[in-house]
Amino acid sequence: MIRLNAHHLWYLITAAQWTVLLSLIAFAGGALVGLPIALMRVSPSRALRMAAGGYIQLIQGTPLLILLFLTYFGLGILGYKLVPIVAAGLALTLYAAAFLGEIWRGCIEAVPRTQWEASDCLGLDRFQQYAYVVLPQAVRMAIPPTVGFMVQIVKNTSLASVVGFVELARAGQIVNNSTFEPFIIFSIVAAIYFAMCYPLSMASRYLERGANAGRASH
Amino acid sequence: MQAAPATSAAVVRVASVVKEFGTLRVLDGVSLDVARGQTVAIIGRSGSGKSTLLRCIAGLETIQAGKIEICGHEVGRPGKAARAQLRRDVGMVFQGYNLFPHLTVERNITLALTLVKKQPRHAAQKKAAEVLRLVGLTDKISSYPEQLSGGQQQRVAIARSLALSPQVMLFDEVTSALDPELTAEVLAVMEDLATRGMTMITVTHEMGFARKVANQVVFMHRGKIWESGPTSELFARPQTAEFKQFISSEL
Repeated sequence: MIRLNAHHLWYLITAAQWTVLLSLIAFAGGALVGLPIALMRVSPSRALRMAAGGYIQLIQGTPLLILLFLTYFGLGILGYKLVPIVAAGLALTLYAAAFLGEIWRGCIEAVPRTQWEASDCLGLDRFQQYAYVVLPQAVRMAIPPTVGFMVQIVKNTSLASVVGFVELARAGQIVNNSTFEPFIIFSIVAAIYFAMCYPLSMASRYLERGANAGRASH
Repeated sequence: MQAAPATSAAVVRVASVVKEFGTLRVLDGVSLDVARGQTVAIIGRSGSGKSTLLRCIAGLETIQAGKIEICGHEVGRPGKAARAQLRRDVGMVFQGYNLFPHLTVERNITLALTLVKKQPRHAAQKKAAEVLRLVGLTDKISSYPEQLSGGQQQRVAIARSLALSPQVMLFDEVTSALDPELTAEVLAVMEDLATRGMTMITVTHEMGFARKVANQVVFMHRGKIWESGPTSELFARPQTAEFKQFISSEL
């Protein structure tokens, strides 16, 4: 049995970088897919609304773990063998897109109807209404819940360990296999997750206060 | 009530318009002609259909029957070009101001000038300064809407609409959310517009304004134009019991 040493700690820190990278991939991918999802949800076209709504229901009603199995093992059987980080990135993207899409739909709908009417009466077309009037106001409202959701993403990247991707949680397991000091090791792992998530939670709360206080800081 | 005689100068023509919300008939065969340079005040109780009529003229509601024409262009025709034409013809000011809270006063005004009228930024800014002078708010050009009083916000909203040089301006109870002091400053701006020859249709609770500024008053009741005519005549000789009662309750 090897005693826990500085190499182990360094190994965990290195793995935490993969957690960060995977989180960023999930967030960027989720945002890229989530915005069209949100816009489809508020589209005048019933078909688009239904399609986006169906997607959201499907993903929100499926465990992320199963999505990971599907993108890694499922697609593998079908001949699309993805490396773990891509499979995990894909699953997390699908997952984040559904939740971000729903969060952002709420923010878009929270912009008063009268803003649409006023900009319509000024002659703006639908694209211009979105780009210059509605989305800038929706973004302001969306920042706190979006940052809050990033905490969920960071924690959920730990599920990627099941497809063999060595991120923080998997690294903890590996270190534990050689030292067998689970309480200490997983406490360290938890502390590292906390160190990543806590600032995000704080930022979310801070931004929420700012959002509620209006735009007085201009 | 018959339609006012159609003149060639009619800028707004409303003919037998019916508007229903579900089974509720809000406008029941409304006809109204507004000549160029006229100021028309639409008055009536809540639920009489007066705001709905204005929203139909603005193209914000679809109508079930009848026809609305502005400067010879029919309102509600499908297609982007028709919509754009309507927006060139008509400006609308709302009860709740509806300024864009994330933009400065100047940008509120220049937004449509640069996006819709494709004016260069500096020309739009010049126009913004010009219309702000008209409503007496030159010093607020860099402010955000929330930094202004309700009356000032409403004057900016009028300026914003005015900047697009519409043929007709529609005012939907624009002073209803304001206390009397602020109401006065907004009405002064509207009175000034009227004397400059702007064609205006105003849904209002301000009988004083209706009497003083409007050439023509339309009294609506139960989705119909109950009485209408030149302002002084109408108030001097109300024809119907409903209008008599309305005037006496408003005094």
